[in-house]
Amino acid sequence: MTAKPINNRAWFFVLPVLGFVLFSSIVPTMTVVNYSVQDTMGANNFFWNGDQWFRDLLNPTTAIGQRFNDALFRTLAFSLTCLVIEIPLGIAIALCAPRKGWAVGPSLVVVALPMLIPWNVVGTIWQIFTREDIGLYGAALNGLGLHYNVTQDAISAWTTIVVMDVWHWTPLVILLSYAGLRAIPDAYYQAARIDGASRWAVFLNIELPKLQKVLVIAVLLRFMQTFMIYTEPFVVTGGGPGSATTFLSIDLDKIALGQVDLGNAAAMSLVYYLITLTVCYVFFTIMTQLERRRDV
Amino acid sequence: MTFALDHIGLSVGGTNVIDDVCLTFEAGSLNVLLGPTLAGKTTIMRLMAGLDRPTSGRLLLDGRDVTGVPVRERSVAMVYQQFINYPSLSVFENIASPLRVAGLPSAEIESRVREAARVLRLENLLQRLPSQLSGGQQQRTAIARALVKRAGLVLLDEPLANLDYKLREELREELPRIFSATGAVLVYATTEPSEALLLGGATATLSEGRVTQFGPTSAVYRDPARIEAARVFSDPPLNELAVVNQGGAVKSADGRALGRVAALASRPDGAYRLGFRADAASIGPPSPGALSFEGVVSVTELSGSESFVHADVGFGVWVCLVEGVHEWAPGQTVNVNVDPARMFAFDGQGDRVRARSPAEVAA
Amino acid sequence: MTSITLDHIAHSYMGKPKDDSGYQLKPLNHVWEHGLAYALLGPSGCGKTTLLNVISGLVIPSEGRLLFGERDVTRLPTEQRNIAQVFQFPVIYDTMTVAENLAFPLKNRRQPRLVIEKRVAEIADMLDLTADLNRRARGLTADAKQKISLGRGLVRSDVSAVLFDEPLTVIDPALKWELRSKLKRVHRALDLLMIYVTHDQIEALTFADKVVVMNDGRAVQIGTPAELFYQPEHTFVGYFIGSPGMNFLPAEVRGARAHVAGFEMALGATYADMPKGRNIQVGVRPEFVAGTRGAGLPAQVRRVSDLGRKRLAYVSLAGHPLVATLPHDMESVGETLNIAIDAANTHVYLDDVRVAGRAP
Repeated sequence: MTAKPINNRAWFFVLPVLGFVLFSSIVPTMTVVNYSVQDTMGANNFFWNGDQWFRDLLNPTTAIGQRFNDALFRTLAFSLTCLVIEIPLGIAIALCAPRKGWAVGPSLVVVALPMLIPWNVVGTIWQIFTREDIGLYGAALNGLGLHYNVTQDAISAWTTIVVMDVWHWTPLVILLSYAGLRAIPDAYYQAARIDGASRWAVFLNIELPKLQKVLVIAVLLRFMQTFMIYTEPFVVTGGGPGSATTFLSIDLDKIALGQVDLGNAAAMSLVYYLITLTVCYVFFTIMTQLERRRDV
Repeated sequence: MTFALDHIGLSVGGTNVIDDVCLTFEAGSLNVLLGPTLAGKTTIMRLMAGLDRPTSGRLLLDGRDVTGVPVRERSVAMVYQQFINYPSLSVFENIASPLRVAGLPSAEIESRVREAARVLRLENLLQRLPSQLSGGQQQRTAIARALVKRAGLVLLDEPLANLDYKLREELREELPRIFSATGAVLVYATTEPSEALLLGGATATLSEGRVTQFGPTSAVYRDPARIEAARVFSDPPLNELAVVNQGGAVKSADGRALGRVAALASRPDGAYRLGFRADAASIGPPSPGALSFEGVVSVTELSGSESFVHADVGFGVWVCLVEGVHEWAPGQTVNVNVDPARMFAFDGQGDRVRARSPAEVAA
Repeated sequence: MTSITLDHIAHSYMGKPKDDSGYQLKPLNHVWEHGLAYALLGPSGCGKTTLLNVISGLVIPSEGRLLFGERDVTRLPTEQRNIAQVFQFPVIYDTMTVAENLAFPLKNRRQPRLVIEKRVAEIADMLDLTADLNRRARGLTADAKQKISLGRGLVRSDVSAVLFDEPLTVIDPALKWELRSKLKRVHRALDLLMIYVTHDQIEALTFADKVVVMNDGRAVQIGTPAELFYQPEHTFVGYFIGSPGMNFLPAEVRGARAHVAGFEMALGATYADMPKGRNIQVGVRPEFVAGTRGAGLPAQVRRVSDLGRKRLAYVSLAGHPLVATLPHDMESVGETLNIAIDAANTHVYLDDVRVAGRAP
């Protein structure tokens, strides 16, 4: 009889990682929690403030509350817009991607390229791209007669940021959908051909239902990322013109580091975090419950 | 070594997936778990291997309680329905993998692997990758890997289900021989009654997470203790009939007198269920002593030297196995004779009712 | 109602191969008559699925023509061939109810609603799906789903052939009987040409009017189940059909007697002289080798196998392994057993092909 030896030495290798996670994530988070219940100017003078920061934040009549509300609204609008564009677009491109042959590899690489660019470089690329004098995009749009100015016109700023995010992150949706589509056995397509189904019917009745699980992941990931977006809009518009593209993250940055209003900023960041967590949890639970109920 | 399941139960989300299973496997024995899909065969095997913990009951190895022992410490080998081999390792390395993990010396590994390869006729294929092998060869590699471990408990979960009919026949004959030399307890799960009969040994019939009968295979086949055991162990399916007993004279549910069934002679009057297998029925003019039923043929299936006649006898469609090639046309009326001595009687609870001996009646 | 003709159909992945071994499917001529049920039976890799795919249109054969009736459909796409196909695992549309699943092919062909409803009701009744018509298809058991797959194929009235690719693989043994007899009844009711691919001989023999036994890309024998059982033309058919398969003994055949090393046995016919040095075998099925209390050839019993409705004895006759059937009244078997071989059902094979003898 041969017995497998039990080896617990592997746990020691985990300790450094544990220490790192502690140092880089847990300790800073607890610091923020600490700031959110104290009043401080950072010079190590702490005065207990209880939940006052939170109360002010969630009360839309106060200045800070109004500001938070506006930024939250802008961020949600941005998230929704991006989701509505990116998910269908991603699925559509995934459907067109080749599934067999030599073209599969190169086309997937080309599709994935925008995701590989560092985020502030993405911002910089688009910042130059949209300049009306030397930027291809800006110059072209103005040449077509559209009044386009990223730094002065709110609508231009918004559309630019949305387009930039779509360009940057649709590849994620494409790759996820592509993987989901590849997992569908051939027999389904063959049966659909025999049944005389049109391309649209095949999409609606076979591909979309089978993509459901993949889409849950895609929507979750995209929502989280667009809700937390910071680098790209910051580089392109800096939150302007005025506060037209000041999303929650940018606003937080201004309050925390610009105004050194640590208490408010800490409270805001915690609320921000909790909103993201709650939305994702609710969404995920609903989707998995629906799955389970449908199987019965 | 003997392996025993003592009142094992597994509860998942409030429902009893496995309910009060008590089984004892002797050393060197071949045991078959027979039941339809979702009856609990794979679950019981996972509990025996230690991959899942039972919510109640104990697992005993030679009398010792091993319920909490993690699977890595148990001497168990498992072969699955899907051919599971490491795709990037050669056949030799696949078979050697459990020995390498255990840290055996190379010479020992070499000799054990070659021995297992010889037993399973894989000597010429040792350098190939699993993707270059046929289904039967891949499964033999998985079996060799289980053999080389010299485990005390070998679990085979429908290992031949994905193989061709003929390949299955051949491997089925080899398996008991291969493992009998190691003295291990062999547990084989299957959905097909004919496999259980061909393998022999002892059979446990499973229905919905419960063991309905456990004993030598022939005995369980010829003498089912419960109606579920009889149903599971019949292929073609068991033909059934609801009857009313009056001192041995049996009437159908709608009052028609059918004849005498000795098994019910000394039993209380009431409702019973009779079951019989396809080969207990014959087609022909009513014969004395047999229960006769008129039926309409719905379809006749010919399989080489036998004919399966599906006849609708009013309270169900029965399958009758008749020797030889006979073509009864659909719609034709035939008379089905059933030998009462080969019928099983079950009471309202599903327990088997046998004829009482005179001594029992007198008592 | 059309018949399907295979005219020199062959398939190879590499153009025109130099010899037979390059073919996935060796050249084959056959006419599938309309209204009959056929089975394609053979081990894995024998080419049966390739042949089915040639007929359904998923594979274009590298050689030969395929005719539906008089029409050459060799290159016609699947959807225009008026065939239905049932796959190994149930293929249903998850989002639809059973009724919508069955109606789908007709809806795609723009049939009027009343026609669709009537046809769906008919087919559901035939397959015992009427009670489930309004349930979601994905919640049903595997056999119900396979019935839906079949129903989708039958619901079109212009279907000329139904093709089955090992459809009972995922079904429990108890339900296989029900589903099989249902298939047979559907076949009788609709008088369709049905072609059923399987490696399970019970399925093939019980379902089909005629069975095509295939091995290594070639159709070895085409015949009724009885013909394949009583008169296998090739040793492969003798081996593959029957559980267990035929017993083979190397022998020398002279006249009406066969001389096996160690004993002699009578044959049911007289055979002409056979050339020396070739592979000559005598084949007889275990069903015709019986253990007997009377006179017979003495054999050593290796093991007895109880199959419930019959018992088999694995014996050794003068060193040759044989499988014999034990009569019902022979309760116990000792170490030796006399066996009687039915000469009328013994066949002679020269290089694996059956030799016909003259009546004695």
